[in-house]
Amino acid sequence: MSDTARPKRTRRLWRRYGVTALFVLFILVLWQLILTWGHVPQYLLATPTEVLTHLKEDWSLILAPATWVTLKEVVIGFVVAAILGIGLAVLLHLFGPVRRAIYPLLISSQTIPIVVIAPILVILLGYGILPKLVIVALICFFPIVVNGLDGLRSVDDDFIRMMRTLDASRWAIFRRVEFPSALPAIFSGLKIAATFAAIGAVFAEYAGASGGLGLVIQSATPNLQTARIFAAILLLTIMAFLLFGAVSLLERLLVPWAPRRNTM
Amino acid sequence: MGRGSPTEAAPSAPRDGVGISFTDIRKTFGEVVALDGVTFEIERHSRIGIVGPSGGGKSTLLQVVAGLMDPDSGVVDVEGATDAKGRLARCAMMPQRDLLLPWRTALDNAIIALENRGVSRDAAREKARPLFEHFGLAQFEGVRPAQLSGGMRQRVSFLRTLMADKDVLLLHEPFGALDSITRGQMQEWLLGALGDVPRTVLLVTHDVEEALLLSRTVVVLSARPGRVVRVLHVGIDTRGGSRREIVTSPAFVSLKEQALEAIE
Repeated sequence: MSDTARPKRTRRLWRRYGVTALFVLFILVLWQLILTWGHVPQYLLATPTEVLTHLKEDWSLILAPATWVTLKEVVIGFVVAAILGIGLAVLLHLFGPVRRAIYPLLISSQTIPIVVIAPILVILLGYGILPKLVIVALICFFPIVVNGLDGLRSVDDDFIRMMRTLDASRWAIFRRVEFPSALPAIFSGLKIAATFAAIGAVFAEYAGASGGLGLVIQSATPNLQTARIFAAILLLTIMAFLLFGAVSLLERLLVPWAPRRNTM
Repeated sequence: MGRGSPTEAAPSAPRDGVGISFTDIRKTFGEVVALDGVTFEIERHSRIGIVGPSGGGKSTLLQVVAGLMDPDSGVVDVEGATDAKGRLARCAMMPQRDLLLPWRTALDNAIIALENRGVSRDAAREKARPLFEHFGLAQFEGVRPAQLSGGMRQRVSFLRTLMADKDVLLLHEPFGALDSITRGQMQEWLLGALGDVPRTVLLVTHDVEEALLLSRTVVVLSARPGRVVRVLHVGIDTRGGSRREIVTSPAFVSLKEQALEAIE
């Protein structure tokens, strides 16, 4: 059975990601050729092969420890934001007065630039992981709350009426109808947040850090080590991709009934 | 209370044999008068059909009975209960769309009222299983709604309403979303299903034939404002003979003509 399943699976994977892979390859080749033929100096823009070389050379001493630091900030910050964000969405949904009091504040909190509060948080909380977690969580929090709240509030009234004639309490309606039907929206929020998390970590490290990929980028910039900067960016991208993938996988497991359109 | 209403009986003491009584019901939505001066009685454990042009007050009437809304004036008495909460406790509604929860299997959809009342899931499932067989749903217990046909979904929806174990069943256009062939089959099925259980059944439909086939009394409501314009007693024995024989019999055709005439 697996003999016939295997090629089928490869074909499916190819149909899904083949075009993307080809396109990325095309860009990389083009990039490489333009830089080589145009004699662009390495400190201005690094070629893909130079980036790869640096990735290999700098890996064990610089990039691996930095990746580990940033990965921790991204993952923990994201999980904290997910728990608090979903919790707040539920709270705002269940208690109207709380929603009316807090929702405007929530929106205005997004107008405060993270770049401004990051250094303040570093002064307050030091150079350790804590201010990074706060900043990552601050960035991830908003899409989770907004999407979650939208999902909870957009449940069809007919479902709620039906549940009321079937003896459902407010809590039963929440737990058996509203929360499950909000799960797809909650997951869209989580997916958006997953792509923001790495950016948040870099912002936070820029404001003051003793390690991490953001710090690597920051210290490589004045030394014109462009290839190393790109290598760090590549690692950040991979990190965001993996987090996004993990959230998508979790969604498949928890919301198997949702109609799925292939977005990738 | 409606001024000068003929029956001044205390609403808390249900007269023998009266299931639901409407006394001078009026309900408006802004400028629109949905129901005006609606007065009639439904015998306990009888089946009554309410027909009328769409956009009339049929759905409003059903929601008023169910305790999902209160009339502006007048009294609705559902087996002794005149307050919304008491009515809600005595009625179960089968909605127009099946409104099955997509993440629950057919069996788990059917038991939701029991779960809402605090019955454990296992005990509720045990109670529902024999009914699945009885209602032609055997082997569909573990299937999710998305995999069921429209007719099957309506059966599960009816079963869910029945499992609530209320004395009053409110059927809101139960087969409105089905094609005419399936609808005919479902009407026959429902006729059998209702024959087994002594309940007061209130069926709202825009399909005159459906109302005559499934009810013993048919109340014709006018267009806005909704008033009772005709009450027809269906003296046909719907238990003998097939649906086709019944609906083509001269007595049935004449009743249908009277109802349609009243709607115009």
